[in-house]
Amino acid sequence: MTATATSSPATRALTVALIGNPNTGKSTLFNALSGGRVRTGNYPGVTVEKKTGKAEFHGRQFKLIDLPGTYSLAPRSPDEMVAVDVLLGRQSQESRPDVVLCIVDASNLERNFYLLSQVLELGLPTVVAVNMMDLAEERGLKIQLDKLRAQVPVEFIPVQAHRGKGLNELKQALSTAADKPPAKIASPFPDAFKTEVTKLEQLAGEGALPRYLAERLLLDTSGYLAGAHLAGVTPPVIDALPAARERLAKAGAPVPAIEAMARYQWAANVLKPAVTRPTKRPDNFSDRVDRLLTHWFFGTAFFLLVMFLLFQAVSWIAGPSGDIIDGLIGIASDWVSSVLAEGPLQSLINNGILAGVGGVIVFVPQIMLLFFFIAILEDCGYMARAAYLMDKLMVRVGLSGKSFIPLLSSFACAIPGMMAARVIENRRDRLVTILVAPLMSCSARLPVYVLLTQAFIPEQSYLGGLISLQGLVMFAMYSIGAIVGIGMAWLLKLTILRGPTPPFVLELPTYKWPGLWIVLHRMFEQGWAFIYRAGTLILAVSVVVWALAYYPRTKTEPIRVASEREAVLASEVATLEKTVVLPEEEASADSKPAEKPPLTPEQQQLVDKKAELDDVRNHIAATHLENSYLGQMGKVIEPAVRPLGWDWKLGSAAIASFPAREVIVATLGTIYGLGDSQEAESKPLQERLQAATWSGSKKPVYTIPVALSVMVFFALCAQCASTLAIMKRETGSYWWPVFTFVYMTTLAYIGAFIAYQLGTWLGW
Amino acid sequence: MTTLAEMKIGQSASVTSIDGVDEISIRLMEMGLVPGTEFTILGTAPLGDPLEIEVRGYRLSLRKSEASRVQVTAV
Repeated sequence: MTATATSSPATRALTVALIGNPNTGKSTLFNALSGGRVRTGNYPGVTVEKKTGKAEFHGRQFKLIDLPGTYSLAPRSPDEMVAVDVLLGRQSQESRPDVVLCIVDASNLERNFYLLSQVLELGLPTVVAVNMMDLAEERGLKIQLDKLRAQVPVEFIPVQAHRGKGLNELKQALSTAADKPPAKIASPFPDAFKTEVTKLEQLAGEGALPRYLAERLLLDTSGYLAGAHLAGVTPPVIDALPAARERLAKAGAPVPAIEAMARYQWAANVLKPAVTRPTKRPDNFSDRVDRLLTHWFFGTAFFLLVMFLLFQAVSWIAGPSGDIIDGLIGIASDWVSSVLAEGPLQSLINNGILAGVGGVIVFVPQIMLLFFFIAILEDCGYMARAAYLMDKLMVRVGLSGKSFIPLLSSFACAIPGMMAARVIENRRDRLVTILVAPLMSCSARLPVYVLLTQAFIPEQSYLGGLISLQGLVMFAMYSIGAIVGIGMAWLLKLTILRGPTPPFVLELPTYKWPGLWIVLHRMFEQGWAFIYRAGTLILAVSVVVWALAYYPRTKTEPIRVASEREAVLASEVATLEKTVVLPEEEASADSKPAEKPPLTPEQQQLVDKKAELDDVRNHIAATHLENSYLGQMGKVIEPAVRPLGWDWKLGSAAIASFPAREVIVATLGTIYGLGDSQEAESKPLQERLQAATWSGSKKPVYTIPVALSVMVFFALCAQCASTLAIMKRETGSYWWPVFTFVYMTTLAYIGAFIAYQLGTWLGW
Repeated sequence: MTTLAEMKIGQSASVTSIDGVDEISIRLMEMGLVPGTEFTILGTAPLGDPLEIEVRGYRLSLRKSEASRVQVTAV
């Protein structure tokens, strides 16, 4: 252990970049090395997650950078460029790594060595972690690492990432490698190619273009690198490319095929003396499972079952967890009411801040549960099979199988759905998936659907009670979201996100048991990422909407009169309460009223006064809301929402529910003078809605067409600040959430208009 | 000349060439389908597409549209 005292990197933390193919256990190794001390962030301008961790070995500090899993270091997009920039020290946020740690899958060395061959060309000290040696043995492979070391002069360390084995040896090797100059590795390319690369380097000028980038520039037929404005890529260099490629084609080294041929040839050469293969690959447990799970019947049935369970679990947890969170917020707000006098501060805390906090954390259990499932599916290797099974269906709307799970999850909640879209490498596909995810009917739409169907859709049933009309309407609402979503995806792929269908060339990894630690880690990481990234914005929006609904607090004549009445009633109630004691409220709902002892006249008087006091207070709140900026906005937009069959109250409620669509239930409660603690199943609110009339007439506001119009509006609109905040984070731009808000609101308006006009015309 | 897309389940073949110089052909080669590589067709997804093949000791799935760029000779 002399390394600690000698060279300069010993005094500072060693920077180690971790790279490897997907499904090699890279994340497991990263977590095992860093012991969970992980920081996540985003690289500027791209949608690549930046993950760093810390480790320590014999007093030496390591800074670990986890690079995205990849099969090749051949950047064709800004997202793919990040890994190359970090490794070449061109990424402004990171210093150039001291060592590269490349993890390979022992059961699949040939393909993993393709990436290794690219990594070795970077000219950095390199250590190779050979994972899954046990799986390789099961496959009948004999791997002699010492013979491999003789072929490639870097350290090969066997590890078992999920059991944490071989970590000390790995850290020792990293420490040693950092203190030595990088090993000289011969390029796998033929001489003709090397000559052309040298020519490009000279054209760029001494040291201006790293050799690896010069190579990539020559190989990149997509034109991405030539147009990426990289330092050293000057017009003479770009102009020289076509002629160079032509010369190479004539010399029998055609671009881009030469890279794959040269690297796989290199891999075959170095592996030949070190690996003995069985003549026939023996079937293992994974192969037998896979035959069943990709079977046309059993595979499809299993897939449907898994998807059903995933969707159900997330929907189930939404109800109870929402109730618990509402309960906790209720306790907190009661406490605030008891210590703070009534006024702007109390209202700000209760209706602005606590409501905002509740709106954030209500999603956390759903996000965590969904990612618990997704992490299991991903870690055990099923996720790739799900994409494989669904690809053909998704291709019809221009997407790939990888979009299926994000979109399905969005039926529970769009936020984890959009976060799950990260598995889609193609930027256009990922964007389309994220942009249509909020159209899927999430669980927050349910309260709106429940309130309005129960209030306005008659209780009819068909086929002997098998199908109810209310159920049919609910099903129609869910279908509208899905159908419009699919149509929108198709339209986006045809217009602004037009592009070739990305290839579906996907590895189907070997099945394995999911690692509990990885799954839990992923679950908490995603829950926290949501609170951290979306929380502040949602809170800010909640406070703004609160202010709009609270101010200006002008004391108009009706409010002054009502306030005087409130003061009188309050003092009467207080006086009565000193002498009269009401019987304890029966806790159980099923006790019959007849069993209760009759109230004394004094008790009856107190009950009546209390009820009147509540009425007056709710009336004052409703009048304040009518006079507030929000109420005024509702009146301003009334002409615009009249074609939808709405009055100003519905208009205001729609504006107030911008932070979260389920807020409309509480807002309608306040507007109709019932207090804001209304729930979707609340009978009084349903009755008030049924009784509401247009001002100055007896015509009811809510008819079946109006109820349908409101439901369709909420099925299609983007009334969810959390969704927009996460969309901003996942796309890295404000433009996409703005675009989504505009397109969804337009669709919602058109849909509501059609629902109302069609319903009216049909005479419902 | 036949392509990978035209092969039957259970058949084995060797890659002779890959058509095109775009992202799809590069991706196929990066995943190990280079001239001379042997592979076996394992099956298709329930809807008939994509295909599942075994190549270089691992399982790879690809659409028929992509598989039709892979020229093969039977072994």
